[in-house]
Amino acid sequence: MRTRRERLSLRVHGRSVVVCAGLAAVLFAVVVGTLTSGDFELSVPEVLGALAGQGEGGADFIIFTLRLPRLLTALFVGAALAVSGAILQSLSGNPLGSPDVIGFTNGSATGALIVIIALGGGMIETALGALAGGVVAALLIYLLAFTGGVQGFRFILVGIGISALALSVNSYLITRASLHDAVSAQAWLIGSVNGRGWEQVTAVGAALAILLPLGLVYARRLSMLELGDDTATALGVGVERSRFVLIVVSVLLAAIATAAAGPIWFVALAAPQLARRLTHGTGPGLVPSALMGALLLAAGDLAVQRLFPTSQLPVGTATGCLGGLYLIWLLASEWRGKGSYT
Amino acid sequence: MSRLRADNVTLAYDQRTVATDLDVAIPDGSFTVVVGPNACGKSTLLKALARMLKPATGGVYLDGRLISSYRSREVARRLGLLPQTSIAPSGITVGDLVARGRYPHQRMLRQWSSEDEAVVTESMRRTGVLELSGRLVDELSGGQRQRVWLAMVLAQQTSILLLDEPTTFLDIAHQIEVLDLCAGLHEDEGHTLVAVLHDLNQACRYATHLIVLRPGGEIAAQGDPSEIVTAALVEDVFGLPCRIIDDPESGTPLIVPARRDRGRPTRHPVVSAHAS
Ligand SMILES: Nc1ncnc2c1ncn2[C@@H]1O[C@H](COP(=O)(O)OP(=O)(O)O)[C@@H](O)[C@H]1O
Ligand SMILES: [Mg+2]
Repeated sequence: MRTRRERLSLRVHGRSVVVCAGLAAVLFAVVVGTLTSGDFELSVPEVLGALAGQGEGGADFIIFTLRLPRLLTALFVGAALAVSGAILQSLSGNPLGSPDVIGFTNGSATGALIVIIALGGGMIETALGALAGGVVAALLIYLLAFTGGVQGFRFILVGIGISALALSVNSYLITRASLHDAVSAQAWLIGSVNGRGWEQVTAVGAALAILLPLGLVYARRLSMLELGDDTATALGVGVERSRFVLIVVSVLLAAIATAAAGPIWFVALAAPQLARRLTHGTGPGLVPSALMGALLLAAGDLAVQRLFPTSQLPVGTATGCLGGLYLIWLLASEWRGKGSYT
Repeated sequence: MSRLRADNVTLAYDQRTVATDLDVAIPDGSFTVVVGPNACGKSTLLKALARMLKPATGGVYLDGRLISSYRSREVARRLGLLPQTSIAPSGITVGDLVARGRYPHQRMLRQWSSEDEAVVTESMRRTGVLELSGRLVDELSGGQRQRVWLAMVLAQQTSILLLDEPTTFLDIAHQIEVLDLCAGLHEDEGHTLVAVLHDLNQACRYATHLIVLRPGGEIAAQGDPSEIVTAALVEDVFGLPCRIIDDPESGTPLIVPARRDRGRPTRHPVVSAHAS
């Protein structure tokens, strides 16, 4: 795609555009479905009216207090996790290089649990704890695996080690907690977008607004890094700096998403892979991944709301189950050398 | 004159020192070939010349300035390197991979100009991979893949090219094809080429300047192959007793290894010609 005097010339991958449009259309349907359906059915005009600020009291409350924040949290958290996963998978050259597998998520949980149990903090403090925990876990992995050139596989192994370590610390913390704290900790550990309000929407939305463009600016460098450090350097990529920026973007997105919704499994792992299978694209594919992540989480949340209306099944549990199955499949096909990154 | 030179450099990985106080100047417009036994530091030297390895002491200069003082992209517009081993991301097509060679010439909003497209096509044509353009790199033979990488480096359009073993994995006909291509770049377009080769006879035939490294990263000899290549040098550096005759095709030195059973039951350990 070029403008006449070539001030602007972009290379557009045709199939990716089609896939993005398709994902956006499905996403739109999910959004409409989420806003209209539920215990209290609303028609599309009623929803539009409420969104335009002319709704009646009931519809206004349902949209602005109940449905919209929950929906937006799901969309933003899903997109943030997916982009985080897409960047890490590309950097490590391995589909297992995703924040939930390599310990960012468990690290966030450790941070949150320390705040809940040891410091007795409230919701905002817990979120900050989760943020700090994720960043510390990432720092540990970076220092242990990324010094002196990166080996994707080493990165994954160190990450899985850190993840296991964080998990055992988490269990220990819960055994030391009072019953009340243990219950709140357990509640936090099940990721959910239920009852999320505008604070979460703003926090994750702001993070996305800053970090996603930064990620997109660095996406071309990311696809060059896929050629290996030597070739990327030879082609003029500042390897160390680019990698550092990309890791920071990825870690912050995962940590902020986890701080807002608790640990949500599977989305960061699967969304980029699913997007990649659809687009047949190479390179990180951040935009299709983001759409796919938003779709997975929003559709998953809509499904648990409608399929299990009484039990209030948290979406984190649902994605966890699916994620487990997907992980088994991934490992099995990896073993047969069919992983899409091997 | 040398646009590219290493002054008094010591090259080392964390603990292991590969070469000490090495001086190398690449003559402008030359086809310089680096030869030497395995693990003597040929790749290391190339990496240092392409600022991929920072010398422990001394400095590498490009166009009169310390190479580390340039911005990455600026170096990549003047000097290209084909590493000894490269990895292709899975699922990438030949055309996409070659197009990535344009990176140093592109900007955020100018990612794919018609010039980029023309250069990529021309690079693929020259290396004979144009017909493979839509194929997956994963599914190519080693030789085809090597030519694809070469096309990517050509697409970078640099006047200095460093090639680490560009002929490995290729059959003899394709080896000659690649070397002829290099010779063409050097003769027709005045590019400066530096290549690591394993085949001494090919090195002697194509090089206008030969650098012979010995184990320990010392320069054993350098200059015009016809003037420096002697049986004594080959025996000294490679431990291979041999005779040198004139190549009947080109008149350059041709190394003929001595026969095994001519009263030399114990020969020096010989370095195999393919592994690195
Ligand atoms: N990344 C590395 N880290 C440590 N040592 C290395 C590294 N790369 C090469 N070496 C060592 O440096 C020496 C020279 O290697 P190299 O330059 O690759 O030799 P060659 O002449 O075969 O290209 C060898 O002993 C090798 O083991
Ligand atoms: Mg080598």
